[in-house]
Amino acid sequence: MLPIFVIIPLGCAFLIPLASKIRQGLGRILATFAAALLLFFSLKSIFWLNAGAKVYYLGGWRPPFGICMVLDGLAVLMLLVVNLVGFLALVYSWDYLKRYTSDNLYYTLFSLLLAGLNGVVISGDLFNLFVFLEITSIASYALVTFGTEAEELEASFKYLVLGSVASTLILLAIGFLFGHVSTLNMADIADTLRYSPAKYLLNFSLALFIMGFGLKTALVPFHAWLPDAHPAAPAPISAMLSGVVIKTIGVYALVRVVFNIIGFTQLASSIFIGLGIISMVAGALLTVGQWDFKRLLAYSSVTQIGYVIFAIGLGTPLGIVGGLLHLFNHSLFKSLLFFNSGSVEFSVGSRDLHKLGGLANSMPVTSATSLVASLSISGIPPFCGFWSKLIIIIAAFQANHIIGGVVCIVVSMVTLAAFLKVQKYAFIRKIETLASAVKEVPISMKISMLILAILCIGVGLFFNSFISTVIQPAAQVLLEGLNYTAKVLGKG
Amino acid sequence: MTIYILCLVLFAIGIYCLIVKRNLVKKIIGLGIMEYAVNLFFILLGYRHNGNAPILDKQFGVGNFVDPLPQALILTSIVIGLGVTALMVAIAVRIYEKYNTFDIDEIRRLKG
Repeated sequence: MLPIFVIIPLGCAFLIPLASKIRQGLGRILATFAAALLLFFSLKSIFWLNAGAKVYYLGGWRPPFGICMVLDGLAVLMLLVVNLVGFLALVYSWDYLKRYTSDNLYYTLFSLLLAGLNGVVISGDLFNLFVFLEITSIASYALVTFGTEAEELEASFKYLVLGSVASTLILLAIGFLFGHVSTLNMADIADTLRYSPAKYLLNFSLALFIMGFGLKTALVPFHAWLPDAHPAAPAPISAMLSGVVIKTIGVYALVRVVFNIIGFTQLASSIFIGLGIISMVAGALLTVGQWDFKRLLAYSSVTQIGYVIFAIGLGTPLGIVGGLLHLFNHSLFKSLLFFNSGSVEFSVGSRDLHKLGGLANSMPVTSATSLVASLSISGIPPFCGFWSKLIIIIAAFQANHIIGGVVCIVVSMVTLAAFLKVQKYAFIRKIETLASAVKEVPISMKISMLILAILCIGVGLFFNSFISTVIQPAAQVLLEGLNYTAKVLGKG
Repeated sequence: MTIYILCLVLFAIGIYCLIVKRNLVKKIIGLGIMEYAVNLFFILLGYRHNGNAPILDKQFGVGNFVDPLPQALILTSIVIGLGVTALMVAIAVRIYEKYNTFDIDEIRRLKG
């Protein structure tokens, strides 16, 4: 069953240009239907896991010869993130895309993006992961520049250059590993490395992987492209980029490689913690000063990814649970905030906070959902962001990492300040010029914003059962580390 | 060993070109050089001195074969590189239409 996660969106991407020749508007129905199917299967995959990790051998070739696809706890969590946000972003696009022409191209690229993301998540082969990563990247470069305005082209070119450098570094790291172990299957690499360790080579490829995936994740020394690329894209794509893409081809791929292949050492732990703290602090300070709604959100993504990397870098069970929960929560509230900013831009035509104001009355749904998302991201109980931040802070103090814990608390307050600013300038304060002419957004945009807001509250209220069904198995995969091999290769 | 160092030098030339040159087209060329250095590195990994083509034949017997796997991988990587380069050139052309220049010092509307 596993290849369907790639086949459905890839086939859909192929069919959309043909279908839109038959009838205009068929493309978006096809894309949304495919995404709904994917969401259904990824929800179902939670229950497939009961019997342990599932492995699919492509063409029946067993590893180390063939390519395999692996579904374990971490993959299930990521599939859920990818397909949930992907489906809602497509629903949101139904009305939002009226601003652009040639929407069948948009849906084709979107399906390719989903195919790449799902492929990265379930791939069990290092080179295959690289290929899917490139599919994702190329689709997102093209989607960022979809409007083809001057700023969008500039942002996309910057993203393209840095993204290609990152891909080259990742390929180089794969080359170094391959030169040592002569295999590409992830489980087999880990297995071979156990019998023939090579400390310097591993550290060198770790450095290359961190640089490569760090560029894709936009951790702070590598973040320069993100604040340009994410605001330039159409709003549903910004939501996908911030909510899903930087997590899947950045955090997920990095964590998978470091924990399950190379091995999580003290060195890796301190690099993760260091990068996490720098990202949190720098991201938060840059967030507060922004006046462009979407740019503010983009910088805040850097901050929140800093939390995730810091928490996973602690390496304790509680830290990993907190990090993964925050990763999921961030995909909910950051997508919601990008949808909100898209709605504001759709109705008002500007996203400069100086020019906005008084939207609370004229756009009740957007205003209410953005309040939910802002409170979630700042960590106010009982919204979902509170629990993940609380777990991360407790984990930091438990691991005797006092500085990290204090930084987490302070940065959370700075985030609150930044989002109160958004609430005040965009929605609450009264100004004369705007108030009456602005209308609420069309129905499909409302639906996806409402669903995400309900999920933010739902995960916040039932965080306990959510952790035990989805997050715990995912954290288990990382904690077991190199035992990943035994599961995939089927030996003890 | 020398050949690996030369490969690294090629990679460094690519990075130099990417960082120092201010012209978009030259940056694209620099990226191409970088990609090809990595491709070359992969091919070198599979290279065996005086190796045969990896075809099982009575004439050669089982023995000194070149590793075929990196060659297959690099074929994929070259195609990906082609896709990225095509997209990059297309965007560079559109940027030229909007800004009338390839100089990145003048293409600076985004900051902050």
